[in-house]
Parts: sequence; structure tokens; C-alpha cells
Amino acid sequence: MTEAKGDDLVLDGNAVAGTLAEIYGDDMTTVLAECANCGKVDHVGGLLAYVRAPGIVLRCTACQTVMVRIVQTPNRTFVDVRAKRMPAAPRT
Amino acid sequence: MMLARGLGFCSVPDPFVARGFVGRREPAGSAQAGRIPPGQHLVKDFPVLSAGPTPRTPLQKWSFRIEGLVKEPASWSWTDFLKLPAQDFVKDISCVTKWTKLDTRWRGVSVDVLLEQVELDRRAAFVTAFSDGGYTTNVPLPELINGQSFVAYEYDGKPLAPEHGGPARLVVPHLYFWKSAKWVRGLRVMERDEPGFWESLGYNNHGDPWKEERYTGD
Repeated sequence: MTEAKGDDLVLDGNAVAGTLAEIYGDDMTTVLAECANCGKVDHVGGLLAYVRAPGIVLRCTACQTVMVRIVQTPNRTFVDVRAKRMPAAPRT
Repeated sequence: MMLARGLGFCSVPDPFVARGFVGRREPAGSAQAGRIPPGQHLVKDFPVLSAGPTPRTPLQKWSFRIEGLVKEPASWSWTDFLKLPAQDFVKDISCVTKWTKLDTRWRGVSVDVLLEQVELDRRAAFVTAFSDGGYTTNVPLPELINGQSFVAYEYDGKPLAPEHGGPARLVVPHLYFWKSAKWVRGLRVMERDEPGFWESLGYNNHGDPWKEERYTGD
């Protein structure tokens, strides 16, 4: 779903479901994530997703704090999970 | 229970390619070709990239600060900032997402002018630019001075639009554009380098487009 917030293009976490599934090896959109700043709990699929950037950034729907960052380079994928409850990305 | 299938750190396809993201491609003339770094394509529009919501700090609450390894921090209100000696700049800019835009026209204050207002500690070697919204990016101090960077508040003769970083953004045109922090609110002078928002997650710490320093290890 695309949601206009002012002049921002904001998607929701479902828009990056495929990327998250490739990273985690499973559907992550129904996993709960708790904002480390304000404590708001959302399904990952409901987080704010900013994708027009050098990487993907998922933010809290209440306070817009960064909850997950993903950068895909030609050689590897970097994932920074700052949300509580949500598991860290597996390493191989 | 979630299953880890060994795909945690691997190459995966680009999830999104939108025209607004990559910009409208334009053919480069021979005179322009030498100004386009390797791996880049020319655009005529000005793509908007953002990792978060666009801050809209009222100008009466806006300030710009230089802090860290300085004898006394310096701070300017919006009104005071506009009184600083300003210059027009015409620069080519290159984004790590592979678009290059030539002859962008800015007005703003050279970082040299800002640093003249403080006394730098002899240990000063790196700068972190910090912005509304929490964004940071790091640049070696020697790459910000001697006319190499400025804080812009006008673009193309108009106030810098919020989606492009207004009311003011740092512009460091010789590095990939993620170093040109939107919504910049200050410079923190440091002894040691501290990777910023993207540099800490796979992007190159330096970011020279002519060397294609896109990612960590490039």
C-alpha cells in the first residue's frame, strides 16, 4: 500500500516482505516488533517503510524511530535490527 | 519458529526500481561525458531520496551549530545564518544510486566561513554532520574546507525545498550525495572518525564517485 504523508512516499512493511523473506528465510510480516523508543508494538508488515533511499528503512508508526535498516550491496546484505522482540537477521 | 535458510548475508535482487528513484535518464553529450563518474547516468530532473519523513522545523526554531573539538561552540539562528557571507555555487552532483546531475545551482555559506567562527582544537580531524530526524554522515575535515563544501539554503534561485533538504543542507559535491546531509543542523568536530547512518551499514566510509567508492571495501 502506498500512503502519502505530505510529500513523502511511504510504504508499509508488507512492501518489503520479499526482501525480508530472503534475509530471514521466512515470512516476517506477521512477526511483532516493538519500538525501542516508544514501545509501540506493530507487525513488521505494518511498519512504515522508506525504500527510495540507498537502503530500506522501517520505522515505528507512532514515533518514526528507525526499527530496521537494510542495505543490499552486490556482495552481501547488511541488516541492522533495532526493534525489540524482532529477531536479529541470521548470519551465514 | 522461523527458519534460517542461509540467506542472511547474500546478494538479493533489487526490490524496487522506480523512475523517481533512479531519475530520468538522459543521453550525455561528448562534452558532458567527461563530467559523469564511472557507473553513473545523467539525469535532468532531481530525484528525491529519503530514509524517513521530511522534517519541517519552523525557521524560528531552526539553528545551526558547530560543536565538538572547538574552543567554544558556535550557533546561529536562521536570521543570523542568512547574515553570513553567502556565495553562489554551480556544481555537478552524483548519487550512489547511480544518477548524476550537472550544473546544479545553489546559494549558501561556505563551510570555510562557518569554521572561521570557531577555534578548532589541534586534534580536529573528522566531522559528523547531523540533521533533523537523526541522520548523520561523516567526512574528513580536510575534505570540507578550502571551498569544497557549503551549507545551501537556496536551489535554482528559490528557497531549498523540504524534500531536497530545506531549509538547509550540507553540500559536499565531490563525494556521493548521501554525504550532503539534508536538513542539516550542525557539524560535530571530532578526533576520530565515526561512521554515519549509511556508512555504518555497508556504504563506503569515504564515497568518492570517481573511484566508485560505493560500498564497504570498494
